[in-house]
Amino acid sequence: MARNHLGSKSPFRTATLWLIWGWLLIFALLPNILVIAVSFLTRDSSAFISLPVSIDSYVRMIDPLYFEVFVHSLWMAGITTIICLLLGYPFAWLVSRVKVRWQPLLMLLLILPFWTNSLVRTYALKLLFANNGLINKLLLAIGVIDTPIDILYTQGAVIAGLTYLLFPFMVLPLYAVFTDLRNDMLLASQDLGATRTQTFWHVVLPLTTPGIISGVLLVLLPAMGMFYVADILGGSRNLLVGNIIKNQFLDARDWPFGAAASVLLTLAMAVLLLAYRASSRRIGKTDFNEVA
Amino acid sequence: MTDLSQNTHNTSASPHDEQVLLQLTGLKKTYDQTEVLKDINLDIKHGEFLTLLGPSGCGKTTLLRLIAGFEQPNAGAIYLDGIQMAGLPADKRPVNTVFQQYALFPHMSVAQNVAYGLKLKKVPKDEIQRRVSEMLAMVQLEHLANRKPQDLSGGQQQRVAIARAVINRPKLLLLDEPLSALDHKLRLQMQSELKRLQRELGITFVFVTHDQEEALSMSDRIAVMKDGTFQQIGTPIEIYETPANLFTAKFIGETNLFRAEVKGVYPDQPDRDGKVTNGRIEVEVCEAQAQEGPTTLRNLRRPNFANDVQVGDIVNLLLRPEDLRIYDPKDNEHSGLLGRVIESNYKGSTLDSIIELANGHIIKASEFFDEDDPSFDYKLNEGVKVSWVDGWEWVLPEDSETVPDITVQKDGS
Repeated sequence: MARNHLGSKSPFRTATLWLIWGWLLIFALLPNILVIAVSFLTRDSSAFISLPVSIDSYVRMIDPLYFEVFVHSLWMAGITTIICLLLGYPFAWLVSRVKVRWQPLLMLLLILPFWTNSLVRTYALKLLFANNGLINKLLLAIGVIDTPIDILYTQGAVIAGLTYLLFPFMVLPLYAVFTDLRNDMLLASQDLGATRTQTFWHVVLPLTTPGIISGVLLVLLPAMGMFYVADILGGSRNLLVGNIIKNQFLDARDWPFGAAASVLLTLAMAVLLLAYRASSRRIGKTDFNEVA
Repeated sequence: MTDLSQNTHNTSASPHDEQVLLQLTGLKKTYDQTEVLKDINLDIKHGEFLTLLGPSGCGKTTLLRLIAGFEQPNAGAIYLDGIQMAGLPADKRPVNTVFQQYALFPHMSVAQNVAYGLKLKKVPKDEIQRRVSEMLAMVQLEHLANRKPQDLSGGQQQRVAIARAVINRPKLLLLDEPLSALDHKLRLQMQSELKRLQRELGITFVFVTHDQEEALSMSDRIAVMKDGTFQQIGTPIEIYETPANLFTAKFIGETNLFRAEVKGVYPDQPDRDGKVTNGRIEVEVCEAQAQEGPTTLRNLRRPNFANDVQVGDIVNLLLRPEDLRIYDPKDNEHSGLLGRVIESNYKGSTLDSIIELANGHIIKASEFFDEDDPSFDYKLNEGVKVSWVDGWEWVLPEDSETVPDITVQKDGS
């Protein structure tokens, strides 16, 4: 396409390509290579990192102390993702089915919280969850409980915080696939004898899978990295992988180990990306628009 | 209403060509206080190819959706083989649809798309396989069974959509402008292919289109729609030759309209043998009144609304371009309307001329090309005299733009 409009040797095209490649090289590829490189080096108290090359950092991750954090972190992020999906899927479906002129407004409401810094919003949650916070006061007032219940510094508080912050990231890709879902597909399925449930399993779910995967992608991995949510709402027992990375870089000064933990997150991301590609190829999303 | 259902119950016992498969009575559909369908009544016979024809917004697609079950009517009944369908959802009706954009499932192969309906009905696997390959053979797509629909051309996708619907052996196949997405050449090809499929399968087709040529060439009967009502239901020939009102006349094919004043009404007369001679009316064409010189009265067949016509009334004379004759203005043998040629197009088999009459009225005439006459052509601005053979015209009342007068059809049912 670009060849038709710009000509393959136009200076503008060459410059643009160089700019894009240069940008990716300096700001995406290089930092990642540095992180991977650092993860294979040895800790040094004065220069942060030093030779020799070793895989100690990766071996240390099997240490029960850290392994437990990884598992617990994955567990909390996983629950967060499932909650976001269960709430976000019907939410995105409903938004895509209301009158078109209302949809931008609803999506604006969804992303409105982004205008406030997420750290500030996390502190606001702390005020809600605290022993003398709004939720406990309310429950005491109605008489559901006699003494304040522990909400803050529990696993539940971390999951609630993560869900609150990451919910829009689940809805946005789902909304995109639902708006792409043509109504006549659903009618055709019904016409051929499918009940609503059958249409959901055979048509709606497969056609929205790319949205589910990219929603999971946008929630699961960030959830494991959002150390400040665990810091503020989770207390010392509910740590995320992000907390390990942050601790290793800022407090323990063990850069190789922090880098290794970060590489692990990146690898998990890569696996999910591959799954996403496979599923969107399966429904032929890339060339579907050309035909229709 | 009970009468109707009993009637159709009887007929469904032994299906026969002339028997009613689908019966619509008093169907109404309203969206946001807008009446999209107003009192629709229609019988569709077994094995018939019926076309719903009309401009966009006339309600034809809504009617199709009511028959399919995607929407429910506000009033009225839909009997399919004597069984009331109104109220049943689409998945409970023995009716299938071919969608305008085909609506093929992009995550399934061609074969899986075609098998979908049978799979839902829990048909045994080997039977599904057999019927799918049979169906794909019928639409000549066996070689593409494992492709994804989006890798197919428009015409091939169209055939998958038909196969996917027809494999369920519906009593009625609904087609919603299925050819509109195809280019002209492919459309003509698919027209004859659809006709072939319909003959081979013996399934009743209800076809929606806004393309009058498509409707004329494919249908057994056409139902012309406007503003949620039927304007006329009849065979393509009836619709074209004897339109029930001005809307149908103008919508189907090209039409010249002449206003004429009624000068005499002569009713049907039984002669000595008891045979009835057709009555006549005598009219003076209004265009001719404006011309100088003596005007000739035209002696026309008595139209079916003649009982309401009195001397002095205005009627519309409707003439297709191919019905008009063009003479030399000096030709005194024929009386006619004087005008001049403002455009002349050679179309191979015909010569199409646009003629402006003395009063500014623009008409179109289409004459068969005369190979023996090398000078058969008109110069621009050449004076001509336009006429026709009395009896070739079709007469409509003056104000028949909206009157749905369906008495023209000679339907005995």
